[in-house]
Amino acid sequence: MGSTIIEKIIRNNIGKEVHSGDIVTVNVDRVMIHDIFIPFVASKFEEMGFTKIWDADKAVLIYDHLVPASQVDDTRHFCIGNAFVEKYGMKNIHRADGICHQLMTEAGYVKPGDIVFGTDSHTTTYGCVGAFSSGIGYTEMASILGTGTLWIRVPETIRVNITGKLPENVMAKDIILKLIGDLGADGATYKALEFAGDTVENMTVASRMSMSNMAIEAGAKCALFTPDEKTAEYCGITLTDKERDLAGDADANYCTVINYRAEDFVPVMACPSNVDNVKPVSELAGREIDQVFIGSCTNGRLEDLMAAADVLKGKHVAPFVKLIVTPASRKIYREAAANGTMAVLAEAGAIITHPSCGLCCGRTGGILTDGETVIATNNRNFLGRMGTSKVNIYLASPRSAAACAIAGKIVSP
Amino acid sequence: MDKFTGKIWVLGDDIDTDIIIPTEYLALKTVQDMAPYAFSPLRPELAGQIREGDMIVAGKNFGCGSSREQAPEIIKALGIKCVIAKSFARIFFRNSINNGLLLIENDRLRDNVNEGDEITVTINESIEHHGNQYPITSLPQNLVDIINAGGLVKAMRKLNGLD
Amino acid sequence: MGMTMAEKIIAAAAGVASVKPGDIHTVELDRLMSNDGTTHLTIDMYNKLKNPRIADVNKLVWIVDHNVPCDSAKTAASHKKMRDFAKEHGIRYYEGEGVCHQVMMEKHVTSGELIFGADSHTCAYGAVGAFGTGVGCTDYLYAMVTGKSWLLVPETLKFNLTGRLNDGVYARDFILSVIGMIGANGANYMAMEFGGEGLKTLDMSDRICICNLCVEAGAKTALMEVDEITLDYLKARGREPKHNFKSDEDAVFTKVYNIDLSTIKPIVAKPHFVDSVVDAKECAGTHIDEAFLGSCNNGRIEDLRVGAKIIRGKKVHPLVRFLVVPASAEVYRQALAEGIIDTFMEAGAIVMNPNCSVCWGSCQGVIGEGETLISTGTRNFKGRAGHKDSFVYLASAATVTASAIKGEITTADVL
Repeated sequence: MGSTIIEKIIRNNIGKEVHSGDIVTVNVDRVMIHDIFIPFVASKFEEMGFTKIWDADKAVLIYDHLVPASQVDDTRHFCIGNAFVEKYGMKNIHRADGICHQLMTEAGYVKPGDIVFGTDSHTTTYGCVGAFSSGIGYTEMASILGTGTLWIRVPETIRVNITGKLPENVMAKDIILKLIGDLGADGATYKALEFAGDTVENMTVASRMSMSNMAIEAGAKCALFTPDEKTAEYCGITLTDKERDLAGDADANYCTVINYRAEDFVPVMACPSNVDNVKPVSELAGREIDQVFIGSCTNGRLEDLMAAADVLKGKHVAPFVKLIVTPASRKIYREAAANGTMAVLAEAGAIITHPSCGLCCGRTGGILTDGETVIATNNRNFLGRMGTSKVNIYLASPRSAAACAIAGKIVSP
Repeated sequence: MDKFTGKIWVLGDDIDTDIIIPTEYLALKTVQDMAPYAFSPLRPELAGQIREGDMIVAGKNFGCGSSREQAPEIIKALGIKCVIAKSFARIFFRNSINNGLLLIENDRLRDNVNEGDEITVTINESIEHHGNQYPITSLPQNLVDIINAGGLVKAMRKLNGLD
Repeated sequence: MGMTMAEKIIAAAAGVASVKPGDIHTVELDRLMSNDGTTHLTIDMYNKLKNPRIADVNKLVWIVDHNVPCDSAKTAASHKKMRDFAKEHGIRYYEGEGVCHQVMMEKHVTSGELIFGADSHTCAYGAVGAFGTGVGCTDYLYAMVTGKSWLLVPETLKFNLTGRLNDGVYARDFILSVIGMIGANGANYMAMEFGGEGLKTLDMSDRICICNLCVEAGAKTALMEVDEITLDYLKARGREPKHNFKSDEDAVFTKVYNIDLSTIKPIVAKPHFVDSVVDAKECAGTHIDEAFLGSCNNGRIEDLRVGAKIIRGKKVHPLVRFLVVPASAEVYRQALAEGIIDTFMEAGAIVMNPNCSVCWGSCQGVIGEGETLISTGTRNFKGRAGHKDSFVYLASAATVTASAIKGEITTADVL
């Protein structure tokens, strides 16, 4: 019998065949810790009695949730992080370069076939390059820092085949939202998602990233794409045979197989206050909005900013509506500045912030109040996520979000 | 055999980590500082009403969302003895085990109870409510080992020869 | 007897032939600026009035700049109150357009106007010869409802400038020197008027910087003679002077200072007072955690150019958070076009959207306990930039940028 991608990655890691349901201990290739949790990781690590990191070069510390600091105690996290880095000889630290998940792939910390854990639920993102990556808590992170290993249960896999050509106004975000809506917020709990078909083969790595990023919103442990030439170019590597082989076998054991025709997708939004409350934009049209947020590890990449700029070019954000743009990384910001995207967005009236988690993590970057409505390109619309519990959050693609910013209400892109 | 009785608080489906503890309070210094804000987007008064030994009974996908380990830690800090839900989200499940917060999966109890009811839990055996028994499936051995060690921190201290 | 510029503007606004210091006059106001620091309070008071009305809505300009984008549900609620009121009454409203005083200078203020702003740095408008002064929200409300207010005619301190600033010395160093010289209350209730040949060497950005900071010497307003530079600035923005007043030859000044600009050196104001100024070199070596280039005082394109020139090809010190915050959207777009934004991004700076940022200490970029900031902001009061036990040094764009690179206070010439 054949194997799924996740079974192959784990097999390659531990050197023996595995099947879903097996409980195994894997060797961790890379870990990511962000600013919110570094104080807890540091204290648990020392409480556990460790005196050195198993392999300091494999650990990456990224400040993104608290950049720039909006509360006076926030800088305490930087102090603790800086001291931890110094004490344990870590070299990989980013203090204001963008969102952790963007930097992990962009800066080359993750390669196809790697096993990576991060103290953030959206660590599933790195499946875009064919890595098994998943979010964990700070206690487990501390134990990995000491041991370099973690136990996991080999997940069952849900295979998602998408074939055909997407309509012009549909983005990868619409696909993943539709899938989450179909699966439900717990539809992939403990499971791996595996994407295949010519539609995803034709996608950029950035688009795949939007999808793997949001897999957690269906409860998934990870979301995997087969590495290809685009992956190789993005990662700056030549693919090995082992990496090329990270595709689901025809006779692999899938718990569910879902097939979509690309032509059937339409622009959608996740409505308040659950990510699986997904509806076509056409059904929501006309609702008044107060703010639009384009950014986050889901949709703050160059192609997202360019999609928004394409819609906004020569137009202006509606009166009394705010458009906040938060690029996902310093590199993306600079590329968008160089190719004229930033100028278009700025001319259209966008408020362009420094790359960081911004509004998505709900600490700054455009918090809202009772009765206000925001169209946002990030990954969560939970109750109270961006202000009070009476804020209405709709999740959408950058193209849809930009169109709403111009209209001042929900409109189809 | 471990057995306990307590009052229950009843919650719905998809109780996410932002409801359990909003990001706004995540940079507070200690879990004790954060505990008063538990569940505040949904039920701001709840954290103040929970008493030591109470239990939470919820719907499906409890703890979905972020990796914030403060979520189980705060629930534990409020004195909640265990959370019984139709299902749990993955990261929350791991985090709870690692912190010694007892989670029980049961898909029927939630729809047959009212807030304020009393239930009796017999570990690895059953839940009793108004004379009805709901069986509990036991956990895999590797998780039992972590719980028996008193959580992951203690397990690691043992590994490092400290305890 | 002759009158000063301040006296002439008040006389015109009061509709009288002449005024003298100490007189109290009822004046007609030209513009009323308010920002998100206090507008929600003004609205609350307005709503309690028996017969609420706005005398002339065209005079009102409301600007959200202190917390943009919002960092809490509380500020979001106060912005919403302001936005809804502005929408309902047709008040000119800006959000995300930049720091209020810079937006006012770019879009509204003209020579000879009398302007109330619900913000102390409203004195910045003197750069084009307008009488701008900061008021509280009660005064603001009265003016909003009646279009008028009362004003005590101030005495005037005259600053005659000669020479020109040396390379590496900036308007910022000049005004900090002046504040150090006359003290934090040296111009209490008074107008500070700047003129002389030396003024002609200062561009509009320099002038705004100088007038803006005069409140730190206690001044009610600051005024500069209108000249070609002023007229060019206004013309480029499609505006004409309302009046072009000059102080009379025989105007009475309380005191006249003659300052040769070439004697000014790079200056630092030490914690926790703006008049606690020393030669910047005396602070060399002081450890910093954060550096801030921005604010209504020093966040214009000219200031960003100074910083960019110094940092081009260099890197921000890894342990320093260097915040670069253009003063307005117009400044941002210009800096983007000139490649300045990219220069700062390449160097590792944190480039924020135009707002007040850490200058007022309750917005993005705050500093923590025991931390030290070097800033081009307006104030270094205790706790101003964040934690109550933190330290703020004020300096020029050049000194701030050089310090961000070095990780400690330094002047650009020895970098």
